[in-house]
Amino acid sequence: MKILVCITHVPDTTSKIHFTDNNTKFDPSGVQYIIGPYDDYALARAVELRDQTGGTLTALNVGEAETEPSLRKALAIGADDAIRINSFPKDSFFVAKQIAQVAKEGSYDLILMGRESIDFNGGMVHGMVGELLGMPSFSPVMKLEVEGTTVKMAREIEGGKEYLEAQLPLIAGCQEPIAEWKIPNMRGIMSARTKPLVVVEPGSFATQAEASSYQLPPAKGAVKLVDKDQVAELVRLLKNEAKVL
Amino acid sequence: MAILVYVEQASGKIKKTSLEAISYAFALAQKTGEGAVVAIALGTIDVQELAAIGEAGASKVLHGTDERLNAGVIQAHATAVAQAFQAVGASTLVLAKSSLGDAVAARLAIKLEAGLVSNVVELPQLENGFVVKRSIYTGKAFADTIMTTPKKILAIKKNAVDQKVDGVKAQVEVFDLSLPATDFASKITDTKRTIGEVLLPEADIVVSGGRGMKGPENWGMIEDLAQSLGAATGCSKPVSDLGWRPHHEHVGQTGVKVAPTLYIAIGISGAIQHLAGVNSSKCIVVINKDPEAPFFKAADYGIVGDAFEIVPQLTAALKAAQ
Repeated sequence: MKILVCITHVPDTTSKIHFTDNNTKFDPSGVQYIIGPYDDYALARAVELRDQTGGTLTALNVGEAETEPSLRKALAIGADDAIRINSFPKDSFFVAKQIAQVAKEGSYDLILMGRESIDFNGGMVHGMVGELLGMPSFSPVMKLEVEGTTVKMAREIEGGKEYLEAQLPLIAGCQEPIAEWKIPNMRGIMSARTKPLVVVEPGSFATQAEASSYQLPPAKGAVKLVDKDQVAELVRLLKNEAKVL
Repeated sequence: MAILVYVEQASGKIKKTSLEAISYAFALAQKTGEGAVVAIALGTIDVQELAAIGEAGASKVLHGTDERLNAGVIQAHATAVAQAFQAVGASTLVLAKSSLGDAVAARLAIKLEAGLVSNVVELPQLENGFVVKRSIYTGKAFADTIMTTPKKILAIKKNAVDQKVDGVKAQVEVFDLSLPATDFASKITDTKRTIGEVLLPEADIVVSGGRGMKGPENWGMIEDLAQSLGAATGCSKPVSDLGWRPHHEHVGQTGVKVAPTLYIAIGISGAIQHLAGVNSSKCIVVINKDPEAPFFKAADYGIVGDAFEIVPQLTAALKAAQ
């Protein structure tokens, strides 16, 4: 089985977000970058599936040179090779077009990624790639087993879970508890240095919805503390002042 | 030109977030001078329930009655909505952001060659093109996004607009669909729903507990408080990691993102990842015995004290006030 895992290179979840250049650019100073947490689940499950069924696992990222540490980490965790499509990820449509082009050439059986990136939170790329390749796409997938060409999945739906079966090839947007995150070991880190990381130039695709400027939410006013012996006062405030009851 | 709204149902009821999407479309049509707001609803839904969509601002509801669409079959829903979009000659599709909505919208963006923006938080600005404000970095920031395509899809975040309730009943029409068998190639083998509980992503009030609750055996008081408010229950990531509460109750950056009117956090310190999941709440109440808990900085109201004493008192006070 040929598996493709698409990963994002995003600010770590504890990052404080700032912008520069008159609020037109993200300010990366002091920010640590990670593989997107949902993508990390997808990657972990992909490594398990590759180990079970044999075949190959390719990690892919649409990003400029500074995203390579995340691809090296994916190789250290267990991907066999990596592809970096050399472009800033301008919008989800642009990214999906790039991924679809590379995925088509590679004719993968299974394409996994996170349910959404944690920077732009669109949750759109798996569906777009699915439609571009004429493959079914499923999200958010929290369990995924492969038996021959049949894929058994559990998908989160509002208020519950849906269990389904589909045939390869397909695309899944993943979330926990599909697998436990894997931490690279020393052997993995050493071997990652020599595994192939191919850089391909992007296709020239238009964008449809690029961000032009950014804002931070307005600062929150100070908390109003209520004495612990005055619980009824809190109810009164919620009712009459905040008007939320 | 019309605006089409894809509405979702849960067990035959139109979701509240979908009614907000209708309200958004109504306000958008007024702002852009576009024509009617038409809804497309799929699966088995009572005709009275469909007509009531009009109260939120739709003049017409197209009903795709195929009962195979009761389940959220992503490809078939996308095909059905695309057919409705063509039939009404729509320029814009509006829908509520949800796990199904995202998946359907993404496929539609390609099918319709439409630009797509998700997590939209307010009506667009039209002075310099079509500029939409969306929430990014899990609510930690906003981005103004320029849409350049003639056709547009907007996935609306909860609470982006107030729900309109003063419209008149909509005209309901059965809409004939032609769905290819390949859209139903995946087979749903089982569905498990938690019955009777308020759904967390949609809830207007959420009561969440953290590690300060000391163990799953103490969740009774959280549930009592939630019940007195008609609220959904949530928890912090450590609590779901420890297995005290099910994973689908985990509120935070990598869990459920909520946007209730009132969020009550009990025994949760307020790690930045948890705050990312709740920062769209209108009003936040924090109960924690540690006055230095970072959550107090993000709260509107707070009580410093022992949850085991305060929570039962709060439940009693709420009952007394009703």
